[in-house]
This record gives sequence, structure tokens and C-alpha cells, in this order.
Amino acid sequence: MVHAAIRGETSFLNEVIEETPHGERLLHCIQCGSCGGSCPNGPDMDYSPRAIFGMIQAGERERVLSANTQWMCVSCYYCTTRCPQQIPITDILYTLKRMSVRAGLAKGTDAPALAKSFVHYVDNYGRAFELGLATRFYLLNKPLAMVKMGPLGLKMLAHGRMSFLPTRIKNLKQLQAIIQKARELGEKS
Amino acid sequence: MKYAFYPGCSLECSSAAYAQSIAAVCRLLGIELAEVEDWNCCGATEYHSLHRLTAAAVIARNLALVDGSLTELVAPCAACFLNLKKVDHQMSEDPAWASKVNAALAAGGLMYEPGRVKVRHLVEVLHSDVGEEGIRRRVKQPLRGLKVAPYYGCQIVRPYKDVDNTEYPMKLDELMSWVEAEVVPYPTKAACCGGHMTQISEAQAYELLRRLLQSAEDAGADVILTMCPMCQLNLDAYQSGVNSYFGTKFRIPILFFTQVLGLAFGLPLKQLGFGKEIVAAIPILKQKVPAALAAASAG
Amino acid sequence: MAERIGVYVCHCGSNIAGIIDVEEVARWAGGNLQDVVVAKDYKFMCSSSGQQMIEEDIKNHQLTRVVVAACSPQLHERTFRRACKNAGLNPYLFQMANIREHISWVTTDKKAATEKAKSLVAAAVRRVRLHRPLEPLPVEVNPRTLVVGGGIAGIQAALELADAGYPVILLEREPSIGGHMAQFDKTFPTLDCSACILTPRMSEAGQHPNITLLTYSELEEVSGSVGHFKVKIRKRARYVREDRCTGCGICVEKCPTKVRDDVFEAGLGVRKSIYIPFAQAVPRIPVLDTEHCIYFTRGKCQICGKFCPTDAIDYDQKDQILEYEVGNIILATGWKMFDCTRIPQYGYGRLPNVFTAMEFERMCNAAGPTGGKIVLRDGKTEPRRVAIIHCVGSRDVNYNEYCSGICCMAALKYGHLVLEKTNAEVYSFYIDMRTNQKGYEEFYQRLLEEGMKFIRGKVAEVTNADRSEEEKGRLVVQVEDTLTGRQRRIPVDMVILMGALEPQEDAMDLARKVGISCSSAGWFTERHPKLDPVATMTDGVFVAGCCQGPKDIPASVAQGAAAAARVAGLISRRTVWIEPVVASIDESKCSGCRICNNLCPFNAIEYDEQEGVSRVITALCKGCGTCIAACPAKAIAGNHFADDQILAELEGALWDASPEALLATFGKKEEQLELKVLNV
Repeated sequence: MVHAAIRGETSFLNEVIEETPHGERLLHCIQCGSCGGSCPNGPDMDYSPRAIFGMIQAGERERVLSANTQWMCVSCYYCTTRCPQQIPITDILYTLKRMSVRAGLAKGTDAPALAKSFVHYVDNYGRAFELGLATRFYLLNKPLAMVKMGPLGLKMLAHGRMSFLPTRIKNLKQLQAIIQKARELGEKS
Repeated sequence: MKYAFYPGCSLECSSAAYAQSIAAVCRLLGIELAEVEDWNCCGATEYHSLHRLTAAAVIARNLALVDGSLTELVAPCAACFLNLKKVDHQMSEDPAWASKVNAALAAGGLMYEPGRVKVRHLVEVLHSDVGEEGIRRRVKQPLRGLKVAPYYGCQIVRPYKDVDNTEYPMKLDELMSWVEAEVVPYPTKAACCGGHMTQISEAQAYELLRRLLQSAEDAGADVILTMCPMCQLNLDAYQSGVNSYFGTKFRIPILFFTQVLGLAFGLPLKQLGFGKEIVAAIPILKQKVPAALAAASAG
Repeated sequence: MAERIGVYVCHCGSNIAGIIDVEEVARWAGGNLQDVVVAKDYKFMCSSSGQQMIEEDIKNHQLTRVVVAACSPQLHERTFRRACKNAGLNPYLFQMANIREHISWVTTDKKAATEKAKSLVAAAVRRVRLHRPLEPLPVEVNPRTLVVGGGIAGIQAALELADAGYPVILLEREPSIGGHMAQFDKTFPTLDCSACILTPRMSEAGQHPNITLLTYSELEEVSGSVGHFKVKIRKRARYVREDRCTGCGICVEKCPTKVRDDVFEAGLGVRKSIYIPFAQAVPRIPVLDTEHCIYFTRGKCQICGKFCPTDAIDYDQKDQILEYEVGNIILATGWKMFDCTRIPQYGYGRLPNVFTAMEFERMCNAAGPTGGKIVLRDGKTEPRRVAIIHCVGSRDVNYNEYCSGICCMAALKYGHLVLEKTNAEVYSFYIDMRTNQKGYEEFYQRLLEEGMKFIRGKVAEVTNADRSEEEKGRLVVQVEDTLTGRQRRIPVDMVILMGALEPQEDAMDLARKVGISCSSAGWFTERHPKLDPVATMTDGVFVAGCCQGPKDIPASVAQGAAAAARVAGLISRRTVWIEPVVASIDESKCSGCRICNNLCPFNAIEYDEQEGVSRVITALCKGCGTCIAACPAKAIAGNHFADDQILAELEGALWDASPEALLATFGKKEEQLELKVLNV
């Protein structure tokens, strides 16, 4: 979105605003905590979104990007619709996820790895592939947990809800050309 | 009534029951769903976490592929619905962003004009386009005596406020009351099912699921109805996990709302994908709506 | 003979000069505009030395016209007209160009701003050349005043004027005066009994020889202007004859119905179909609610009529339309409470033990539905823990962006009442504690000492979805305690929602009736936010109390008194002078088609049957121009807004300006502008 750079503000704040549609609403945060109060995962976050916004304003890049807050977000959007200042909170947390991966600060969470496995299947098949996704993700990240997930997989299989083969879209080439172009155009990672 | 249809990856296999029951119910109601040719995955919540523009371009490819004669695209999955709607919305309100997305699409010979396609969730179509009269007219087996807990989850009703009330949505409640099921009010009907937390952090996921199951059970629900493959999968497949984690004894069948609609319409069980749910639904249906079940089994 | 025009460009400190090159504008006007003989810039044109400069120039340079380029004419047109008059020039041979609100305050582009300023100055110069001398019109001020709204602000205004010896009509749409204050139990921060301080004022107003009290009545129509408004009032049928009723209350006692009282008891209590809203009501005359009355709905009953000892019940009574002439109008129509069901996550209407602030007020009141006992919706259980949620619908861009101002103090008052009357714990959930009037902060300190608990955080939700034994069967307030950064769930038994103060539902309609404007939120707009807070842009219309914006009782009372003082000032002048900006009809051109008669929003045009022509009633005309535009024979002209003057102004803006100015003004290049519109 177009907005005026905030005079005298840290570049971190400006970066977050720049990368988020309506990110400039962040400047209106009154620290009321309706986000942190609404969050279903709030109790497990290192800092509530409200606190994170305070830190962004204070320029605390490393503390923010290494927090688990953004990775605890389940995209339920309660914070977004309830925010009295219409700050796009969920979208800002998506921005922080991307910045945190780019900065190599995403630690102590399997979420980026799951996202990478997912993106791998989309990029190479054009469709998500549940069995493959789970296998790839667990093998690469937590092989021990895979054993625990076994019975669930069997149940799914028994109910005809698990496929062994990924579907590949017909015009994968087209999709991949689009993906490549998008990466060139806009991605910082 | 003809709509473009974006089934989404889960309907291909893990939520085949949803795919089957959608097909059966829509056929009966005269809704023609034209599947988008060679659609690709919407990227769920995962793609945005790593790449913003690529995620938008991947999603926009589907919008660009919608048959030019159709203006409304129906998605049955909450995540697909939101992703498609959001990309269209963000392209519409920010022309600079739209031209970036279109520059990427151009590499595949495609273009999407923002606002051309109106993205809708299936429940909106059944509730608003078919409407009360259209639904009631088809009811052959009123589901009197079946206590259903309609579950909306997050992304159908938030962040966009034009689908239903963001806090206490009612459309599925109303739809179910039209087939005379007994709708139980319960406070968590728009709370989160945990999404991908079941994959990355089971403690959190189980807690979120427990809240929903507890709340529906306290309200006396026989079944929970979902409108999203992910919600159904989490509540159904992880229910025994929740039980062993917390020592609870939940046994609540989780059905797709279209399966229950189909039952009320007198469609045969095998067209509605019953039996694929992990917590079996047939026993409670036999107990609560024996006539409807008998009719469906015979058909 | 050529005119001699003086042009004066104001710096307004740096307000204008910071963006517009005022020296360049003055220089350009002096060198390029026809008939301009003097062009100057000055630091503060409105200062006495600025005015003096203009006066001296008028004399020394024999100026025949004056243009000042400065702020809005709303602020200083009068100032400069007076300067012209002092120097012997007719004040209407003056024109103002607004280069502050219309230019320097709304752009940062200095070059474009300077060009646009030239364009507006050129427009003013061309226009003023065609101005004709005018004389203001004298109007006798009718000493009677209409006060709309019988809450504390309206009562105060009415009493001030009545005590000064002037007649007042006090209009109230409910059956009794008293407003919201009559519903309250205690008032903050002194905790004096609301009824004890209000009811003496109410009965004083009810018995004052100079006050005509019209309750259960509404303003239908207003015409005319300052000094001589004509108002139409609908006096709704009470079905009780006021001349016979003694207020004994037997009718109420005998009425067999019970109706939920959504007005006075805020939905918490019941009343009868024939009722007096509360014991100290003024007047003490019941009204019959036909919507619930058995006789009116089913055709049989009339018990009230049978028991009335003075035969005062009149089932055939009809609404009456009353007409009055008044010199001034004071609006004191108050506020309404935010509809708390609009925030479903707080559960109002779904979770029984969530209450609104007004419900709680009634609950605390000894004369209220619970006899002053603080109990749950079941009517008997005392809560063990009470949550008070601030900012419900206030400070929230999804509902109302503004702060309602009084809720923090009301919340503290409720906290005190709970602590005093029950054994319950009280939690306040606030975003910022706002206690900035006399004695308010001290009251906050008092509550801190009394043990009210304060959690800084906007409540996310109130839910009955319990997660533990402790939460079972209770309401849970989920909030981020922003001082610890932790999410907390606090089980309580009762929740009180401090709903926002909102403008009355029909505030916009009323504003339209009397010809004033509203803020985007719907509060009536005062003439100046600091220096003229009770007047409006319409002469003779004043505002007092919450209809102008949320405020507490002391401020409402002060505004009521202030509005009365302004009105008294006008009355004591006996004559006011109004702008001669009125329409006039050239009878030789008038075909008598009467199109203008029906279009005039002020009923200011009458038709002369004998002559077959229409005529403007100057005293009623407000110069809006509707008739002028509509007249097919072009027989109507408007003083000071004549066609030639307006076209000259447009020509000035377009022809005399540089291409850059056109681009700055219209955002289009000269050749893209469709200038042919002027060739009419």
C-alpha cells in the first residue's frame, strides 16, 4: 500500500508497514490488548500481538522476529475483526513470519518447516498432497513423532481418506512459470 | 443457477464425503457447479507465511482460470474461500499490487481483472440463493429430534464481515432449522479448530479442539456440523487424541453440513459419503432420526 | 466609472504564509487585476492594526471595493465588514477569499498553493466589482423561547430565561421532564442523590408562571428565522384530560396490564398500559399507551375510565398540532445509549447476567425495579464478583471513534455502589482511566482505596464457555492484562457494559428541521468549538447538553445556562439585524406559474391571486436560491448572489489565473476543462 514513510521512525516499523496491506493502521495502536485477549493461543505466546506492536514501534527487530508469537497465530482473525483501531493484525503477523524466516530468526517452532514442505508440493505438483506432506514434514523434522502419528494414518486409510499418489495439475509448466516470475518480482527471500 | 466451482485439494481424497454430498445436494437443488479447469492449490495458510507475492499469484491463477461466462466462484473450504476472496479484494483495492500479481500471471499467459469474480462460500449460496423456500420445499425427511451443533470456524466469517456475523454467525443455524433439525446454541461455534496446529504443536491443538468438543457436548449436541475439510479433519481424526491427552470421553460424530442436508432431502446414504467419518455417525442417527436413516439406507 | 479596489492578503502568522507566497499574491494582484489600486500583505489582517490599515486605505485611496484573502468568512467576514463600515464604505462592497481552509491547510505544495490563491483572489476581485450596496434587515425579537428537550440542560435553560422574566415553551417527548438524570441513583463524584437535586428543579420548571410545559410532544416543523421563528408542535394524545386529572394514580393502580418499561426502567422493570413513568414525574399526569392497552387492542376494558374520580380519561382524545411564534430556539435533546447487542462477543441479550449501564442505574435506584438491590437477572441472587467493562462502543472505529467522556467516572461510581451495597468484588476493565474534572481524580483514588480492582485491557469477550470448575455456571471475562502482558480469564457473576453515549436516533432530522448541521457522528455542530460553543451557524438556534457531544451533568447545566444567557442577550436587544441575502421577484417578468411557491423550503413565497404574481416574504426568506434556480422566466434574483456576480466570480477563477493555477484548482490542464459552461 502507498503510505508516507514515518519520519524519524526506525526502518523496522516502516518495513512492517510497507509489507502489509493497511499496515499503516499499526500507527493507531492504543495498546488496548483486545488482540492478546482474543487470541486462542494467547496464553502460549511469548508476547501478545499488542506487546509485539510496542516492540516494533521501539525498533526491537531481533526480539520481535525471534518471538514465537507469529508462529502461534492460527489465522482465526478474531484479533483483526475486534481491533478497535482496525489494525490488520493477522496480516501483520504473516509479515512477521516472512521477515523472521528471511532473517533466520525463526527458532523453536516447526511451523516454517511445515510451510516449506507445503510450498514444495504446491510448486512441484500444483496440489497439496496430504500423505506426502505429512511424511515429508515428519521425516525431515520430527521422525519420532511419525511413529505416534502412525495409527491415525491407518485410520484415515481404513476410511478411504488417504491417497498414496499425489495429483499433478495438467499445466504445471504454466504454474511454475508464474511462480518463478513472482519470486523474481517481489520476493525478498 | 450456475457457478464456477473450486473444490480444493482436500475434497479429492481426505474429504471425499464432502465432495460427494455437495455433488448430490447441488444436483437435487438444481445448482450447477462447473469445476475450474486445472485449478491449483490455494496455498492454505502456509504459502503466505513464506512468500506474499507468489502466494497471491498462485491463488490468482485460479481466479484467472474461471470461465469468462461465469461471475461467481464457489468454494466449499474455509481456507480456499478466504484465500481466493482476499486476493481478489487486495487486488481490487490496490492497483499497484494488482499489476504486480498480473505481471507474474503474464508469465503463464494469464491475466485477472480484479473484481471480475465474486468469491462465495457454499453456505452463502445455499442460504441466500436457494433460500428458505427452496430448501424447505425439498425436505422429505425432517430431522426432528436430531440435535446439531453448527460449527463455523474462523475463515468463513472473519476477517470479512459480509458473509455472516463475525462473532455469532447464524446462517448454518438457519439452514439447519429449515430442515427441522434441532439447532443447539453453544458459545464456541466460531472459535478456532486449531488449523495446522495439529501438525506442529499438538498440545495447543488438542486444547483448542477440547474447548469446541466440550462446549458442543455441554449443549447436548448429537453431531457437530462443519463447512470446511480442515475443521472436519481436526475435530474428527484427532478426537481420540484429545481423549487420550485429557482423559476425556468425547464421542461426537463430525459431519459435513451437506451430508445432513442430503439426509433431510431423502438422498441415499451412499451418495452422501457416510461411513468415511472416523467417529461413526450412523449409530446416533439410527437412534435420533430412524425414519430418515431408514429411507436413506433403502435408497 | 472604474471601481477602485483594495486587496489585502493575510499571512495568518504562518498558517497561510507558511504555504502560500503571500507577498507574491499581493504583488500579482496589484499588477495584474483590473481596478486594483492597492494590494498589500500583512501578518494578521484581523488584528486591530490590520483593520485600521484597511480603514485608512479606504479613506486615503478612495477605495470603492475591498477584498480580503484570509481565513473562512465564517470567522472574520463580520470583522472586515465592520472595518469597511467604519471607513464609510457600505459593508456589502466587500468580499472575502478563503485561502486558509481552502488552500494552505489542505496542501503541502507551495507552488500550486500560491497559484490557487491568485485564482481565488482574482475571482473575489471580479465578483466584488459587481457587488451592490445593501442594508441589513431589522427584525423584532419575539421574547418567547422554545427549549427542545426537558433533561437537565433544557430545564436549566428554561429556568434561567423564565427567572429573567421571559416566556419559555419547554418541550419534552416523554411523558415527564427529567431526562436521563431522573433515572440515575447517585451522581459522581460527590455521590449525592440524583433525584434529590433534580426533582426540585423539575417541579420549579413545572410550576413556573413563565414556563409552558409541553410533555409527550414533539417538534414537527420550524419556519422563519431569528427573532420570529414559527414552530409547529405535535402534542400527542395522552387520553387523559390534563384539565381534570389530579394525578391521584387510581387509573394506574387499577389497570390490569403489565408492560416491559424500555424507556424509564431501561427494560429492567414493568409499568402499566396507563402510567406515570416515575413517582416524581412532572407533570404528574398519566399517559395511556394504546399499543398495549386492552381497550385499544381488544375493544373492551375501560377500567381506568370507570375508576377515575374526575372523569379525566378520554378515549377519543386526538393528537393536537399547536403553533407558536418564538424568537429563539434552544436544542437540548440529549443522547441515547449505544445498543450493546451490536457487540455480540460481550453477550448482551444472549447471556442474562450481562447488563447495560442504564439497567444498572435503575437497579441501584431505591425506587427502581429491584428496590435498589444489586441482584442477578433472577431478581434475588447477589453477585459474588462483578465486572465493569469500559469503552463499549466508544473509542472503537468499528462503532464510535470518540471517547464518551463520562463512562470512566460512571464505572467508578458503580464500583463504589457494588462495594457499598454487596459483599462482591468489583473489577474494572479499562483502556485508559479518564478522570479529568474537578474532584474526579480524587474519586478514582478513593475507589483504589476501597479495593476496586483495575485491569488495564479492553475485554476481548464475555463467555459462558467454561474451561474449569471455577468457571462453571459463571460468566468469564477474557482479557489481556496489558500491564503483565498475560491473557486472563476472570470468572464473574455479573457484567456491566459501559455503553457509549450516542446522538438521538432522530438528531439528523431535527438538525434539518431547524437548519443546523451535525458532526459525522451526529452531534449538533456549534458555531465555534472554543469561542462559541452554544451558538450554531443558524442565528437564533442554540445547543446545550449532550446533543452537542457527550458531557457530564455539570457541563450540561453550564451549557444550558450559557445558551439561556445568549438568548436573553438577543431578547434584550429587541431588534436584530439580519443579512439582506434574500430573493426578490421581478413582478413584470413573473408569469404566476407558482413553481417557486411549492419549492421554497421556508414557505417564504406567497401568491397574490389578484395580481397573478408571486411575492417573497422577506422576513421568512433565507436566501437559499432554490426559487432563483427554478424560475422558468428568470424573474427571481438573489441579493448578493446575483447571476452576474456568480458568473464573474467563476470567470475570475478561470480566466485571470495562470494555467498552473487551473491545474492546481481543478487537477486538470486548461485544455481539458470544459470552459464553455460559462457561455450561458
